[in-house]
Amino acid sequence: MGAKKENNDEEMDEKVKKYLRGEAANLEGLKDKKLKGQLAVREDLYGKSAKTAAKIEKWLLPSEDGYLEAEGIEKTWRIKQESIAREVDILSSRNQYDIVLPELGPYTLDFTSNGRYMAAAGRKGHLAIIDMKTLNLIKEIQVRETVRDVAYLHNELFFAAAQKKYPYIYNRDGTELHCLKEHGPVLRLQFLKNHFLLASINKFGQLRYQDVTMGEMIGNFRTGLGRTDVMQVNPFNGVVALGHSSGTITMWKPTTSVPLVKMLCHPGPVSSLAFHPNGHLMATSGRENKIKIWDTRKFEVIQTLPCHAKTLNFSQKGLLAAGTGSFIQILADFSGSQNYSSYMTHSMAKGYQVGKVMFRPYEDILGIGHSMGWSSILIPGSGEPNFDSWVANPFETSKQRREKEVHSLLDKLPPETIMLDPTKVGTVRAPQKKKKPTKEIETEMEAAIETAKDTEFKKKTKGRNKPSKRAKKRREMIDRAKRPFLEQQTQEHETSKKKQKTNPETEMPKSLQRFGRQKAT
Amino acid sequence: MKVKVISRSTDEFTRERSQDLQRVFRNFDPSLRSQERAVEYVRALNAAKLDKIFARPFIGAMDGHRDSIKCMAKNPNYLKAIFSGSDDGDIRLWDIASRRTVCQFPGHQGAVQGLTVSTDGSILVSCGSDSTVRLWNISDANHADSDNLSDNSAKPQAVYVWKNAFRAVDHQWDGDLFATAGAQVDIWNHNRSQPVNTFDWGADTTISIRFNPGEPNILATSANDRSITLYDLRMSSPARKVIMRTKTNSIAWNPMEPMNFTAANEDCNCYSYDARKLEEAKCVHKDHVSAVMDIDFSPTGREFVTGSYDRTVRIFQYNGGHSREIYHTKRMQRVFCVKYSCDASYVISGSDDTNLRVWKAKASEQLGVVLPRERKKHEYLEAVKNRYKHLPEVKRIVRHRHLPRPVYKAANLRRTMIEAERRKEQRRKAHSAPGSIVTEPVRKRRIIKEVE
Repeated sequence: MGAKKENNDEEMDEKVKKYLRGEAANLEGLKDKKLKGQLAVREDLYGKSAKTAAKIEKWLLPSEDGYLEAEGIEKTWRIKQESIAREVDILSSRNQYDIVLPELGPYTLDFTSNGRYMAAAGRKGHLAIIDMKTLNLIKEIQVRETVRDVAYLHNELFFAAAQKKYPYIYNRDGTELHCLKEHGPVLRLQFLKNHFLLASINKFGQLRYQDVTMGEMIGNFRTGLGRTDVMQVNPFNGVVALGHSSGTITMWKPTTSVPLVKMLCHPGPVSSLAFHPNGHLMATSGRENKIKIWDTRKFEVIQTLPCHAKTLNFSQKGLLAAGTGSFIQILADFSGSQNYSSYMTHSMAKGYQVGKVMFRPYEDILGIGHSMGWSSILIPGSGEPNFDSWVANPFETSKQRREKEVHSLLDKLPPETIMLDPTKVGTVRAPQKKKKPTKEIETEMEAAIETAKDTEFKKKTKGRNKPSKRAKKRREMIDRAKRPFLEQQTQEHETSKKKQKTNPETEMPKSLQRFGRQKAT
Repeated sequence: MKVKVISRSTDEFTRERSQDLQRVFRNFDPSLRSQERAVEYVRALNAAKLDKIFARPFIGAMDGHRDSIKCMAKNPNYLKAIFSGSDDGDIRLWDIASRRTVCQFPGHQGAVQGLTVSTDGSILVSCGSDSTVRLWNISDANHADSDNLSDNSAKPQAVYVWKNAFRAVDHQWDGDLFATAGAQVDIWNHNRSQPVNTFDWGADTTISIRFNPGEPNILATSANDRSITLYDLRMSSPARKVIMRTKTNSIAWNPMEPMNFTAANEDCNCYSYDARKLEEAKCVHKDHVSAVMDIDFSPTGREFVTGSYDRTVRIFQYNGGHSREIYHTKRMQRVFCVKYSCDASYVISGSDDTNLRVWKAKASEQLGVVLPRERKKHEYLEAVKNRYKHLPEVKRIVRHRHLPRPVYKAANLRRTMIEAERRKEQRRKAHSAPGSIVTEPVRKRRIIKEVE
């Protein structure tokens, strides 16, 4: 009985920790008693609200995660989709299918944030929108030119397609709304839904950000690292990461023209990358048959896996799907120690080339775009079982959608809020104290001034011995005596400033040090 | 093999009939909401801007008096009534909702200097410079239909003539005594034509008087000799007194912390005191640029309103050094009296221009019935605004107030003067023997001495 209770407490602590959103502020050093009291009350309140949120979880979150457990000598990665289909309910088993459209070339796909709709784009110009719940085809158009990528905007009404020369924005009825000529021949499109920014990378390696509400071009940066079609938005902070053929990965925000981070991840070209939804993990794959899992806070490799991947995707629960050729592998980390190991595998019919894998949000489903159409398989435990109606609602009515559109426009974030650490928003920079000159230097300077004051002048001839002339001369002498000390001070100040600038470079993580400025020896 | 996948049947997650409410599911997991803080910040900023847009505090003016308004009284028993007395001896009862005179109380020969209503709301006491105290029965006057008019006048229940002119009156919170201030402090009973008790300390005129809301026998007065005096009716002599450098025009007790009171001073500041510890003010409330004429606490005890000779009304936090809000109009002249309404949502000011003005206590508050969802939204926005109030952008918008030019200039001038004084003090300190000049805190600086 006691052990059970203890176990419960531990579980509760875990949940509370999730809702606390980081550690409490340290109030020890505060001198202002009033502020300290106010902050203590606030912290107390946060603690209480986290506790209540954890407590009411069992009523608010009625659905449970999906799972796949092996019994006996079974291994989860040997379990076939067919055997899963036999075990699950009819509704779920309908989600396993292959759509074969061999003529219109490799397909890429995108889901809306609530997972209800899917846009599929065939290389040969086929665009289709499908309601994934009823599996109805909503609209299908043929644009008669190459389509390289497709991305949903803030809801299912609009989507952008990267076509041969320019990206276009279409609405649900297939009507062309905009042609974004400034972007040029775009290879990849991504939408930042908090900021209403459409990010694109084109053939010439130019990264562009366009505000889709006002149509304003927010940023236009030349990466200077060549053509790439590896681009992914970090959902945690809105930073766009690009993978380059030199093996480097650069991270960008729309307000600076130089990358925030430039890291060498692979010796060969980067073939794909993906971000964990909590933003702390990044998976990259290179042509040298390695998948690397990175900690994006320390920029360090956590794990290196020996397998090739043309496309990578993280699910909401943190499963990692890697697709190459006609083979798909799902990696999972159930221990919580960020140690990914094989969880499931799936082989498609021979000859299919997987182009894109993407987990469907709020469902245990993986969508696969490949050379012969698209498919969908079941991956138990990949999706978040409980949705929030105000964040993303798979059962959204058109009225709710309209309401949500208005609210999300009101909460539209300015592009400046994209930064590596989004928790920095709302903090105030601590005032920097000016360093006072040390006592010793001060006394020395005073002594020098005194001696300068006390010097006697020779009697000069008439005209050069005026009191004003003498006073002027004395002032000059004092200034001359002061100068070396003042110069010393400014020099010290400058060196300390320089130190501050160079410090982060010398303390860079190992992987980044090679990009830092090297000292001339 | 054990397997389970997420499977949602549409019936479970949608409403059954179109008349039903839509079903709502919540998941407060932070990982579902990315960039929470940035979103909250944007909301706070928008809320601050919206607050500015909706800040329309002035509700209306109530005109009818023929001379400047000297004093007001609220009926603790009746929410929408307010009494006002003017310099020409006219007393009126107003209906705040319709902003019209309900009843008049003629009789005073000179200016009406004080008005008060007994706690049960049955008797109005007025006193004036004609040396009379008049008692009016108001239990029926309140309920007079507001349609039938302004020539509805009342007769006094009693008129007590006394030796000297009166300056203020206040009724006991619990009991049937009332006190008048003038050449001395007199304690009266409803039924006696002469005071039951008289206090006198010093030669100068007492100009304001207030009973303590918690302890019915304690009252505070301020006098022309720059003193604030506390009296206890159970003792034969005054209890204690504090003398300041400038005169205190009015006093208000905090109804929620009845040991504390705030004094409105001639030197543009208000001083909050603990009645048990008068050698130091608890807080100095600065912002006015001319003498503060009247002060009244909100029934919640968290805020108070002041009216000043600089033609503005300000609202302060009970523990805040600067005002939360400033109200002014082009036509409003010197404000002589202010009252916070009994539901803490309105402020009424009476000024030299013969008008009473009704203001909202929270400038951007939505009037009328607020639906629960609306209320929750307001509360949420208030909370995020409070959370991000220290950020420069939000702070700038929340703090900004348009000031009338004379007030703006006077405030600048005052600031330079205070700064110059401070600099001078600093220099004096730097150039004299260490320890010989002690800077007194602002809370003590204006107090001369405390007398027991």
